[in-house]
Amino acid sequence: MGGLDDLYQQLILDHYRNRRGRGRIENASASVHEHNPVCGDECFLDILVEDNRIVEIRADGDGCSISQAAASMLTEVVADKDLNEALEIVEHFRRMMHGDAEPDEDLLGDAIALEGVAKYPVRVKCALLSWLALRDAIASYRETTAHGG
Amino acid sequence: MTTTGSPALDARAIRAEFPMFVAPRPDGRPLHYLDSAATSQKPQVVLDAMNAYYRETNANVHRGVYEMAAEATDRFEFGRTAAARLINHPREALVLTKNATEAINLVAWAWGARELREGDEIVVTEMEHHSNIVPWQIVASMTGAKVLFAPVTPQGEVELDALRALIGPCTRMVAAVHVSNVLGTINPVREIVEMAHQAGALTMIDATQSVPHMPVDATSIGSDFLVFTGHKMLGPTGIGALAASPERLNAMEPFLGGGEMISDVTTEGSTWAEIPWKFEAGTPPIAEAVGLGAAVEYLEALGMDRVREHERATAELMINALGEVPGLTILGPTDPDRRGAAVSFTLDAVHPHDIAQFLDSKGVCVRAGHHCAKPLMRVLGTQSTTRASAHVYTTDEDILALQGALIECRSWFGA
Repeated sequence: MGGLDDLYQQLILDHYRNRRGRGRIENASASVHEHNPVCGDECFLDILVEDNRIVEIRADGDGCSISQAAASMLTEVVADKDLNEALEIVEHFRRMMHGDAEPDEDLLGDAIALEGVAKYPVRVKCALLSWLALRDAIASYRETTAHGG
Repeated sequence: MTTTGSPALDARAIRAEFPMFVAPRPDGRPLHYLDSAATSQKPQVVLDAMNAYYRETNANVHRGVYEMAAEATDRFEFGRTAAARLINHPREALVLTKNATEAINLVAWAWGARELREGDEIVVTEMEHHSNIVPWQIVASMTGAKVLFAPVTPQGEVELDALRALIGPCTRMVAAVHVSNVLGTINPVREIVEMAHQAGALTMIDATQSVPHMPVDATSIGSDFLVFTGHKMLGPTGIGALAASPERLNAMEPFLGGGEMISDVTTEGSTWAEIPWKFEAGTPPIAEAVGLGAAVEYLEALGMDRVREHERATAELMINALGEVPGLTILGPTDPDRRGAAVSFTLDAVHPHDIAQFLDSKGVCVRAGHHCAKPLMRVLGTQSTTRASAHVYTTDEDILALQGALIECRSWFGA
């Protein structure tokens, strides 16, 4: 069971059972809807941006423990971050998931517990779903504001 | 309940003929392989036949004059003969393809793309695998035809009255799965074919999950097209088949063009080879056809009636064992006479990915996800399920290991 304990660290199960940042934001600055083609899981991600900072972030949708814990951790890690900072954290997380970066706990917070997921290629998509949704949400927000929307 | 007079299959003895089950796994885990609906394991005789082909008679088929090439052709064509015999179909009307998906695409392109017109209708069921939906959607978008879906009940059966009502004067094709890869439901395909033919429509039966597990008589089903694949019936990957009516194949233009499929080629144009070769462009999967032939012989030696009885008994045991797991819901028919041994279920709020990962740590291999049947998932009101599926080598121990691991899984995730 060593492999299983390595994958499902207590911190992950804790975030899975007690989701942080769950739900939707009315009047969100940007909303995206992503799905995982492998299992059909969906993720709705909303952000509220003020002065180029994420003042609120919420993720909704059902999924496996890895995807739910990853979304929960994401909402804590990027809360109140500047958009560029948030993108940098997402990119670092993405690189860790693909085995391309040594995890930096200062950047990742609790999400460092997901490091073991990188060894399970099918599950990497689960962990990345909400994180890449944030990347898309920021891009969508920037596009809207650039066009004076 | 035993329906045949012959003795039941001995799954333990069968396992001894499969190298996968003989060699211990490197990490010492047991192997409870319950994912045969995705792909089956292969007996030694299949591996040996393919190996012998490469070692003894490797040569390209059909054109070689030398003896070894003739022997290669014989072994290749034996695969076709065996597959046709298994489903009681004329061998000249059995086209070898890469897999069942390619066989359906062959019909969608060689027939559908040429014959369908704006306003024509293709009727499929909501329980189809994506491979019997997407090719039709593609040719529909090219031709202006429409794809209509016959509804499936929450119990996982095709609503026959609704299907009958959908089939009308505009229906050109009715395509339906014989046995659902998700729910195990056995559909009344003869009735469906009759319904379609009465309306003047053609029929396509996806027999991917039935041919490996039960006697399938293509002639008696009477569909215009019937497809299946080698790797789910103890054979190798890379080989499948389209069994069609000879008249239909003769009337159709080729799907892929190239070598092997021509009669004559000039700078002005080309003429086609006889069926089935007209539909087999390029060097075919020779070793794979040889392996398929060996797999068919292996199944025939077991006896398809006994294979089906083992499947029925395994389905019954699986349904009873899963029914004892707290919080577990079985999807699809629970009567083992009306289903195959692919059983989908949900377990409280534990996600199928987590279930499959946990079960793997106990050596139990199951599939989790939408099983390439997203329209059906929507009918069932879920995004994904966990599926356990059996074959001739599945034992009672495999099912009990699944049951035990599921009970443990539930407490591990705190459901």
